[in-house]
Amino acid sequence: MTNNQFMFLLFSAVIVIFSLLTVTSRRILRAATFLLFVLFSTSGLYFLLRFNFLAAIQLTLYAGGIVVLIIFSILLTSQINDKLSIPPLTKRIYAAIAAVAGAILCILTILQTEFVQKTFDPARVHIRTIGEGMLSTGKYGYALPFEVISVLLLAAMIGSIILAKKRKD
Amino acid sequence: MFEGVPIHWFLVLATTMFFIGIYGFLVRKNLITMLMSIELILNSVCINFVAFNKILFPEHLEGMFFTLFIIAVAAAEASVAIAIIINIYRRLVNIDVEKMNEMKF
Repeated sequence: MTNNQFMFLLFSAVIVIFSLLTVTSRRILRAATFLLFVLFSTSGLYFLLRFNFLAAIQLTLYAGGIVVLIIFSILLTSQINDKLSIPPLTKRIYAAIAAVAGAILCILTILQTEFVQKTFDPARVHIRTIGEGMLSTGKYGYALPFEVISVLLLAAMIGSIILAKKRKD
Repeated sequence: MFEGVPIHWFLVLATTMFFIGIYGFLVRKNLITMLMSIELILNSVCINFVAFNKILFPEHLEGMFFTLFIIAVAAAEASVAIAIIINIYRRLVNIDVEKMNEMKF
């Protein structure tokens, strides 16, 4: 077993186990912590594939930003000692049937497909390439989505401030 | 082929994570845990994009850019969703989806 195979299996085991714990844990703060572990190991997968910038973004934005936001809102909206109620058995069975059936269908389709796989290029993505790709308007340039995302973030910021502020009735 | 790891492994991992997220979204009743399931789903899709980019089409960086955009959209979505959740909590003192059966207060 090569080094990369071992690291991949380690990260995927962490991802699967902690995803399951995220959706089944009865304490909501623990569920958020397990989600944090899932996001960390996803960023490990990105490091393994030599996308260093993307992995750093995953760590700072997802693990550092979104999870902290979720934990703050948990602290604002629920008691620490509360346990979530167990969902009814029929609901759990139907959801599990839907998820397992979909997963089996997709995995069978994936395993039967032949992909033309290139040899692995261990070079890291240069930050200059990313910057030029973000701002060029030609082919393989992403200037338009970049600007749309900036407007979206501004709109989300204004919208969430207006939604969450106290009204003077 | 990524040094002994074929792309199928990545795709099977992402599929497993995606359907765990679907299961959580169907089972959970608390709004914040449903939001966490959505984050799981988005994250699995990101893994798919990155694996396709690096293993099948390494010439360009399309998958990486779209993963960056997905992360930005996820951040915007989480902030708006949490603002809405806090607003609902302020009115109902509760964030169970089954208790929310009126559109207008």
